[in-house]
Amino acid sequence: MSPIIKLLLEGGSLTTAQMGQVLNLSEAEVNRQLDQLKKDRVLLGWRPVLNLADEDAGVVRAVIEVRITPERGGGFNRLADRISRFEEVESCFLMSGGYDLLVFVGGSSLQKVAAFVSEKLSTIEGVLSTATHFLLRSYKEQGFLLDVKAEENNRLKVAP
Amino acid sequence: MDTKRYIAKHVIDLPRSGIRDFFEIVSKMKDVISLGIGEPDFDTPWHIREAAIYALEKGKTHYTSNLGLIELRRAISRYVEKNFSISYRPEDEILVTVGVSEALDIAFRALVNPGDKVMFHQPCYVSYHPSVTLTHGVAVPVPTFAKDNFALTAEALAAAWQPGAKILMLNLPCNPTGGTCNRAQLEAIAKFAVEKDLLVISDEIYSELTFEGEHVSIASLPGMQERTIFLHGFSKAFAMTGWRIGYACGPAPLIEAMMKVHQYSMMCASILSQEAAIEALLRGEEGMKTMREQYHRRRDLIVRRFNEIGLKCHLPRGSFYAFPSVEKSGMNEKDFALGLLQAERVAMVPGTAFGANGAGFCRACFATGYDQLIEASDRIDRYMQSLTSKR
Repeated sequence: MSPIIKLLLEGGSLTTAQMGQVLNLSEAEVNRQLDQLKKDRVLLGWRPVLNLADEDAGVVRAVIEVRITPERGGGFNRLADRISRFEEVESCFLMSGGYDLLVFVGGSSLQKVAAFVSEKLSTIEGVLSTATHFLLRSYKEQGFLLDVKAEENNRLKVAP
Repeated sequence: MDTKRYIAKHVIDLPRSGIRDFFEIVSKMKDVISLGIGEPDFDTPWHIREAAIYALEKGKTHYTSNLGLIELRRAISRYVEKNFSISYRPEDEILVTVGVSEALDIAFRALVNPGDKVMFHQPCYVSYHPSVTLTHGVAVPVPTFAKDNFALTAEALAAAWQPGAKILMLNLPCNPTGGTCNRAQLEAIAKFAVEKDLLVISDEIYSELTFEGEHVSIASLPGMQERTIFLHGFSKAFAMTGWRIGYACGPAPLIEAMMKVHQYSMMCASILSQEAAIEALLRGEEGMKTMREQYHRRRDLIVRRFNEIGLKCHLPRGSFYAFPSVEKSGMNEKDFALGLLQAERVAMVPGTAFGANGAGFCRACFATGYDQLIEASDRIDRYMQSLTSKR
């Protein structure tokens, strides 16, 4: 794994200048390596991790277990790709176990999500069944705890 | 009424800690970037904390065996065998203590007769000299030098040795210098210890934080296990400083002697800390390696910056301390540290807090975030430039 990726995964939210300092590279070189990682599709992009627990945020999320028919020559890929391309789909994973695809979906209301499942998702040729679970409450998002009050740093300022 | 007259003379004579004085000044200032905190900035990994919570839920609130939970001693035995190549019996060669600090204290209390001489390399951890004094021993410091990257050499040992020397205290990797010894250097020290019939107490608390090369324990060398007390703990590798949990391993008669003191003064280490320690040893390796990788990057950053700024600094092979020389500033270490604090609000501990050989150096702990290290080094750079422009 490249040192840049390792540093990104540490999650320190460093600027590219700071990353350069840590890795002893120029900022230009850091940017060049980041561009290359994007070209190679190792780094896919950036998204903020938000706490959307507020009711006013207007986001309803669901997790859908989808059973599909695998195809000769393509397995699950063609269908998974087609499902993934919907704007509503945040994530799509092929899973082992009692279903095939796990699809994370977001919408502005319960009705909108339900409509997506019944009108768009279930109707795709090859989709055998769906089981939709609505998210009630989030405790942790992408490595960030939601319900944590910012604690004051109470470490001693000098210690042997 | 002068209550001070009740205080024991040898305690009155104990000098005030240099760290404490510095701490008093820093604690009164706001927005200081402190490079003076000798502990990990990481909180203890959650699974270890959770093990303590689980132990509480299960009602584990009682005394344990004086020696420590047998499950913990077994886990320690396996861990030390695997990582240090030394075999200790859980039943009678391992003692769980309240931090390595307590292990050191009871080792001295069990082994030092009044007047016995105890050698230790300097600059060193703040408690070694006082611990010797408190047990009425005689401290015999052995200098280490920047030219050797603060490794302890057999030559320096031989030069400092005095008749009546009984114990050699080692701390490798070293707080504050980051110095450590390679196998060849340790073999020379071991040879000396055998020649002079010294008992070695080896504080290896920073051993996991070795960034290049192997960490070798002196107790693993031929002929040394029978004359070494191996001290280790969880504070640095597993970020468990506040838990106060450590251990001593050694020949059964010495552990028994230490246990005699421990059973009366402590009874046992906290059962919750012991339970958490078991979890750390069984499942904490991944987390430890992640932390070590980060310390490694931070070390490279801060040492490079110190050298760029003009504060000559060797690359410490272990621990999370850098020990730059402040010679280029034209000031002594105390004036430099205070001046830097006042002008730029960056705290580094003057090297003399760790012994006379620390003169001309400051200790910087790099167990803090990258952004803090970058900002601190920029401020130190500004300070150094302000000094040179004044001249």
